[in-house]
Amino acid sequence: MTKPLAYIRNFAIIAHIDHGKSTLADRLIQTCGGLEEREMTEQVLDNMEIEKERGITIKAQTVRLSYTAKDGIEYQLNLMDTPGHVDFAYEVSRSLASCEGSILVVDSTQGVEAQTLANVYQALDNNHEIVTVVNKIDLPAADVEWAKRQVEDVIGLDASDAIPVSGKTGQNIDLLLEAIVKKLPAPKGNTDPACPTKALLVDSWYDAYLGVVILVRVVDGYLKKGQKIRFMATGATREIDRVGMFTPKKVILDELGPGEMGFITAAIKDISDTQVGDTITDERNLAPEPLPGFKPSVPMVFCSLYPADSSEFEKLRESIAKLKLNDASLHYEMESSQALGMGFRCGFLGLLHMEIIQERLDREFDLDLVPTAPSVVYKIHLTNGTSMELYNPVDMPETTRIDKIEEPWIKATIMTPDEYLGALLQLCQERRGVQIELTYVGNRAMLVYRLPLNEVIFDFYDRLKSISRGYASFDYHLDGYEEGDLVKMDILVNGEGVDALAMVVHRTQAERRGRQLCERLKELIPRQMVKVAIQAAIGGKIIAREDIGALRKDVLAKCYGGDITRKRKLLEKQKKGKAKMQMYANVEIPQSAFIAALKMGDEK
Amino acid sequence: MFGIYVHWPFCASKCPYCDFNSHVRDAVDHAAWRDAYIREINYYAMLAPGRTVTSIFFGGGTPSLMEPETVKVVIDQIEKSWPCDPDMEITLEANPTSVEAAKLKSFREAGVNRVSIGVQSLRDESLSFLGRKHDRNEALKSIDLAKENFERFSFDLMYARPQQKVSDWVQELEEAVNLSVGHLSLYQLTIEEGTPFHTWHARGDFMMPSEDLGGEFYEITQSILGAAGLPAYEISNHAKPGQESRHNLTYWRYTDYVGIGPGAHGRLTLNDDKVATRGHRVPEIWMERVMESGHGSHDHEVVTPEQRWMESLMMGMRLREGVPFARLESESGKSIDDILDPRKLKALSEEGLITLSGDDIKPTTAGMQRLNGVFRYLL
Ligand SMILES: Nc1nc2c(ncn2[C@@H]2O[C@H](COP(=O)(O)OP(=O)(O)OP(=O)(O)O)[C@@H](O)[C@H]2O)c(=O)[nH]1
Ligand SMILES: C[S@@+](CC[C@H](N)C(=O)[O-])C[C@H]1O[C@@H](n2cnc3c(N)ncnc32)[C@H](O)[C@@H]1O
Ligand code: SF4
Ligand SMILES: [Mg+2]
Repeated sequence: MTKPLAYIRNFAIIAHIDHGKSTLADRLIQTCGGLEEREMTEQVLDNMEIEKERGITIKAQTVRLSYTAKDGIEYQLNLMDTPGHVDFAYEVSRSLASCEGSILVVDSTQGVEAQTLANVYQALDNNHEIVTVVNKIDLPAADVEWAKRQVEDVIGLDASDAIPVSGKTGQNIDLLLEAIVKKLPAPKGNTDPACPTKALLVDSWYDAYLGVVILVRVVDGYLKKGQKIRFMATGATREIDRVGMFTPKKVILDELGPGEMGFITAAIKDISDTQVGDTITDERNLAPEPLPGFKPSVPMVFCSLYPADSSEFEKLRESIAKLKLNDASLHYEMESSQALGMGFRCGFLGLLHMEIIQERLDREFDLDLVPTAPSVVYKIHLTNGTSMELYNPVDMPETTRIDKIEEPWIKATIMTPDEYLGALLQLCQERRGVQIELTYVGNRAMLVYRLPLNEVIFDFYDRLKSISRGYASFDYHLDGYEEGDLVKMDILVNGEGVDALAMVVHRTQAERRGRQLCERLKELIPRQMVKVAIQAAIGGKIIAREDIGALRKDVLAKCYGGDITRKRKLLEKQKKGKAKMQMYANVEIPQSAFIAALKMGDEK
Repeated sequence: MFGIYVHWPFCASKCPYCDFNSHVRDAVDHAAWRDAYIREINYYAMLAPGRTVTSIFFGGGTPSLMEPETVKVVIDQIEKSWPCDPDMEITLEANPTSVEAAKLKSFREAGVNRVSIGVQSLRDESLSFLGRKHDRNEALKSIDLAKENFERFSFDLMYARPQQKVSDWVQELEEAVNLSVGHLSLYQLTIEEGTPFHTWHARGDFMMPSEDLGGEFYEITQSILGAAGLPAYEISNHAKPGQESRHNLTYWRYTDYVGIGPGAHGRLTLNDDKVATRGHRVPEIWMERVMESGHGSHDHEVVTPEQRWMESLMMGMRLREGVPFARLESESGKSIDDILDPRKLKALSEEGLITLSGDDIKPTTAGMQRLNGVFRYLL
């Protein structure tokens, strides 16, 4: 038995990062009895190790809850908890396209921030009804009225019936549940058992026990065990072997009906059969046309990943494919390099996204990777009339062959308490920004700027956070290409170029970035047996330099007695760990230093 | 060269910096220990018969707590079991408390011909910080008695202690040099995991010298001892030429040695295999095993050719004399170019960290004090 449409509510929880979406989801799950007390953990839906460690949501998660409302009816709630960080925005946009309503969470101590705005606008674009909650009212600094006014003034949403809640204490969760069933619309769909099935492929992942698992939102008709289905975009056909839901525990069902969300498995071996946004239909009763699906994501940052051990290329290929199944915003294509062999050029939504993918490949697949420097894509027009896209600064042609270089720009929205406005304006100015708009709402300012992406990608976010002591927020999207006076900057370690640190910079920024990078590397590269000189250079001209003094002493004091085995094992461990180091001019650079160096953080 | 190491696992009290296999017991059944040692010696003599023993070393723990009779029985049994070099070196580690110092003479009578005294410091405050049971006076007296009874003796000091000033160390060291006869072991204090010092240090009770300061201590130690005619023949060991510890050289030169007693390690070439042996660490368990099966070791482990050359390089490079390529080649069964990257060797020698004569590799002074880095790079 599937639920009648009128008793189903599908909604996403959206907010700026850390405003308490996952914690609120915990309370909803708990109140509806999805998990027992002893099974609850904090942010129970953040089930990846990396999510727990970093305290952020990376993957959207869908759970089905059963809620008996004041009207005595038992409703089916399909809740989608989404990430707040910009780098995972594709998870949000897909969730929003899969349901009819949103719970907008606003932290009562922080008010409306950049991703609050970006996410609400997207929800409205998807014709969502919105229930606004003002969260964390248990905190002493909570200011519910102020937060509501912000929602009205900044977003332009009526906040008169916004619900003050605490995801931590569970206060007013009952009011929120009632509002969900009263205010959010029921899904629409065709319940005729004879109609052609149409279900949206929302997400997929690889499960060690179940194989490929597909999260679906059924629009028309039904999905049942044994049914022959077709993926309309890829044309693949399969037989469903399981239908179920997450409560968040996995529960097997007989079928999924219109308006419902749940999962199916279908003995899928070829991961490329499953494309998020695809429409699943009945092989024997084909839908005439697919659902609109999702807009593809647009990668912002690129880097190439090579296996440290070239014999692991196949393993890398499989692992990336499995990750891609689970992360539709990851783009990749095969590439080969003289020095590094076979690998993949990958596109990410941002630096955090890149870092997470690299970390997941290491942890979940035990792969040692050699990543190249992250970069944006430049369009280079050559003097011979042809043009090329530059993904890796190392591949930059000779200057004499270049006619002009174009770089990507973004349009950024920054929201900040006005006391930090001056410093933020200066930051945007330093980064070659062009101001588009500056408006005030109470004592908060909203800044709209156009900025070159390469000035933003590495450390802009960190700088913004530190300048504003965490209070400013930031959101952006791509906004075309423009010509720029760009040069390639090399980083030399004891005179030898480090490919992974080469970068394209604007001529006016070269010296600042070069100096910063050298200083940062000085902190990141451990002392060596020999003195190390770190230099930044443009076309052979040195523009910055830092020296690292040689190690003075590094030896085991006592090594006699016969316990050679233990000492040897230490050495072997060291040798193994060396795969995580790269050598340049006899200097060992830890793998972690590469990204860390580019994410410069605080300027001194 | 063929050495026999005999481990005595007991101490009067446990020093808070020490991670050696040492245990404190109310009572020790000396007769039972004598028996057990005899049995294990017999076992190894059967396993590796016919080698000429060049050294015996009683280490610990605190072997000066052994009954001289036990020492004598052990030496006798070794002499019965293997051919022995007439010039065999027999060393015993002694702690400098008055009780133990009084036994030095009887150890000589038991056959010991060299002692190594755990002085650790010539300063009372440091000795109490280190949790030692003796004071400066007892240390000086022990040194005197050692000189009286033994032609060859050495003592140990630990330096780069928390709060120690380089200038203080220089004074202490000069005093030590004057007291010494031919051999000194000078160890930089190391914080070992699982010791009380480790906990105290992690808790912030005291600070260890920085790497730079540690380097300064090491360098000044080298120059003082060099000037005194006791250059380092190993990272932490100094001797007049000819006065090196022959026994410890068996480890560093990667020749065979037998390990007798709890937690003792051995390396034996049997047929063409290099076998690593290792006794159970807990004295009672070791004893039980010996009584049951004639030896107290775990399963013997075969060291692979890859591990063999690594071990011989790791040990040999601690010595000023370095490692002959022939040794690496015979341990690995490969030619030198297949085990050590010639480009890396060249780079290290250009950096002044090693010297290459064509048939061996030697650390320079600079290389010796950065040996971990040299290995990290080379391997
Ligand atoms: N005091 C208080 N703290 C809360 C409340 N809700 C969430 N928090 C805390 O706020 C932090 C962020 O909570 P999350 O639920 O992870 O926030 P999120 O919006 O899911 O974060 P992302 O998924 O990373 O965007 C955590 O430290 C929570 O413990 C609340 O109602 N009161
Ligand atoms: C087997 S130990 C102890 C011998 C004897 N029981 C004693 O304490 O004198 C040999 C030497 O290692 C040194 N040693 C022990 N622990 C040390 C540490 N944590 N750091 C540096 N040297 C240490 C001491 O100098 C000690 O004399
Ligand atoms: S006396 Fe020697 S072996 Fe015993 S605990 Fe102290 S340092 Fe360790
Ligand atoms: Mg979350």
